[in-house]
Order: sequence, then structure tokens, then C-alpha cells
Amino acid sequence: MTTPSIQPGTRADVRYLLRLGDACLVLSHRLSEWCGHAPILEEDLALGNIALDLLGQARALLTRAGQLDGQALDEDQLAFLREERHYLNPVLMELPRGDFAFTQARNLIVASWLLPLWTRLQDSADAEIAAIAAKAVKEVRYHQQHAAEWVVRLGDGSEESTRRMKDALAQLWPYVNELFASDDVDAAAEASGLGPAWSSLKPAWDAAMDEVLAEARLTRPKDTPHVYAGRLGVHSEHMGHMLATMQSLQRAYPGGVW
Amino acid sequence: MAAGPRAASGDGATDLGCGRLSAAWEVLSQVLDPEVPAVSLVELGIVRDLVETADGVEVVLTPTYSGCPATEAIEQQVREALARFGTVTVTMRRAPAWTTDWISDEGREKLRRYGIAPPGPVDAAQGVPIRLVRREKPLACPRCGSTHTEKLSAFGSTACKALHRCLDCREPFEHFKPL
Repeated sequence: MTTPSIQPGTRADVRYLLRLGDACLVLSHRLSEWCGHAPILEEDLALGNIALDLLGQARALLTRAGQLDGQALDEDQLAFLREERHYLNPVLMELPRGDFAFTQARNLIVASWLLPLWTRLQDSADAEIAAIAAKAVKEVRYHQQHAAEWVVRLGDGSEESTRRMKDALAQLWPYVNELFASDDVDAAAEASGLGPAWSSLKPAWDAAMDEVLAEARLTRPKDTPHVYAGRLGVHSEHMGHMLATMQSLQRAYPGGVW
Repeated sequence: MAAGPRAASGDGATDLGCGRLSAAWEVLSQVLDPEVPAVSLVELGIVRDLVETADGVEVVLTPTYSGCPATEAIEQQVREALARFGTVTVTMRRAPAWTTDWISDEGREKLRRYGIAPPGPVDAAQGVPIRLVRREKPLACPRCGSTHTEKLSAFGSTACKALHRCLDCREPFEHFKPL
């Protein structure tokens, strides 16, 4: 029941796109785990719809990364046949879904990061990436707004909902600075015009988070020094378990389609 | 958006005079969206172009949402509908990104009659984030016209719609979100 793994090359532009594509893919998978489990039917639908948007964005990005990589790897191979070390999403995305507060807080953190990122990518020197971004930026605005409304509702809600939202932010905050870390892959993307350095997204993210946290009457957690390295392929203990589930179908039935 | 879609009326500007393109547009204007079967693909503004090829026609479509699960179904429907015109080539074109502003006036009226509140114009200030915590103007109920309505969920049965209800006639209804 095993299929040989594939491994994309190490081109900087491919790695830059995989970081973003994997972020969308992995968060999409975590959100899909809510299907049938959300506290109300409407949220089941909402989380499923947001997961679908993210999956569509991931498909487009992985397809483009596969083209640039030049080994004729398609979106399915890249999504399902890599080994853990070759996924380049920030660790934040792979954390287990947690409770509903955790999921909405993470969605706000991620959407507030993706919004300025997609906005800038609309001007990418790569026309295909610019086109993907122009579509995605419209979608992520709805994701951000939806998560923001829940963070306010829970944060400024009952004693229990406030406690849960505070706990969620405290758990998530140590993973945030990976979203704004810079390295040579990042620098190459900026130099070539493929996309912005992630560090440049921080002011926009700060402003959006501060606005929502103030409305939710929540205190912003303190920043922590450690920077996780999912974007370098170093993942948490949760990643392998998640991939085992996510990959099982393509591993058992290579090339299988619906 | 810098460029709009083709005229939704279906009069092919690239018609070579034999009427085949007009006929093909006519057929396409009868193909309904699989998830919103009140409006045609042409009225939705997702048919971007239709051109004659050596042995058939090429249809250029644009996706509504990145992850819209109907994309493959739409492609299949287009192929079946146009089969009599020869080889059907379906091309997906992302740029410029589809917007609900491309839904024709007729399409909007059909949505409303179907029970879906049509989208308002996309904010002229494209790029300005939707207000993070929004105080929305209530929508008009597509059935009774009352604006005494409330939002139930930001996401409905598909990514493109939200769920609302009318507090006067008590009917739930969907809203095609501006995108």
C-alpha cells in the first residue's frame, strides 16, 4: 500500500510558492476536519466553504510550482506524495484544529496574513501568480471578516467564551512570528518580483489584529522569541499524523480521481 | 477591473458570418449554472469568449471562486451542449478575475425571482478590506421586498452565497455575495 514519494527541486521560486501553497493546503485540511462537528450547521457550511476556497488556491499554486519545478509534477502529486520534510507550510497551519475558538482565532491570524500577501501578489512578475492572487484576494476578505466576527463574539462574550478565546490566542501566538520571518528564499522572490518578503506584511497584519482584538476587548499576547521552521520543512509532531490521513488515498490508489 | 467580460447578449463580435457562433452563443445562453439553476452561464458572466476553430469551437470560461466545485460540472455541460458544433475546446482563463458585477441585469432579476437576493455592486474602493466587524445594511427580501431582514450565516449552501431571513414574511433566503 505504498507509493514512491516525489521530491521537488530546490529552486527558490518553487520553494516560495510551495510555502504559500502548502499553507493553504494544510489549513484547508484542518478546516475540513470540522465537517459534521461544528457547533451549528451554518458554521459547518462556513468552515467547509472556507476550506474549499483555500483548497482551490492551493491547487492553483501547486500546479504553478510544479510547472516551474520542471519535473512534470502535478498538483495531486505535490499535494499527496511528498514526505513531511518537503512540505513548507508554517507550523501554525498544521496544529490540530483545537476547539471552535482556536479555529476562529487561527483563521483570523491566517486571513489577516494572507490578505496583504495576496494583495501584493497581484503585482507578481509571474502573470499566473498575479491572476491567482486577484481571485484569492476577494475570497480572503470574506474569510477575514467571518473570523473577526467570531473572535469579537467569543472574546467579548460569556465568561467561558472569553476564557476560551484568550486560551486560543495564548496557544497560537508563539507560532505567529514564522509568518513574518525572512530568509534567502524570501529575498530571492522579492528580488525577482515573484512576491513580497513575508516580513513586509507585518504592519498590515498588526493593524488588522489590533483592530479586532480591541473590538473584542482582548489583550494582545506578548511576542515570543522562538521562530518555528515549517517553511524550512521542520514540522511539529502533528504533521506526520495529519499527512498519514491526508495522503492515504493517493498512496493506496496512485493517480486515483473521483 | 480594467476589462469587462464579453457582452452577455451573445452576439459574437468574431462571428464569421455563417451564424455558427451566434447559434453557439444561443445554445450557451440556455445552459444553466449547476448550483444556481436560475441563471445561465452567459448571464453569470463566466463565458469569457467563444471562437471558431478549424474543427469546432473554443469556449473560454472563468472560474467564479478558486475552489468552486461546480467548475468541472460546468465544463462538462458546456461540452455536451456544444457537441454538435464539432470539437469543443474548453479553456479556463483566470485574469481578469470574475466579479459579480458581470452578472447581467436580466440574470439579477432571475436570481431575485428564484429567491436569491442579487449582489449589490462591488465596493468601488476595490482593495479596501471589507469592514472587519461590519454593520451591514439589511437586504431586501426577494419574496416580499421587506428590508426587515437579518443575516443567519455569512456562508450558505455554496461559497458564493450567504444565508439570510426575512423577519416579516419569515422566509429564509440566500444572498449572492458581491465579489
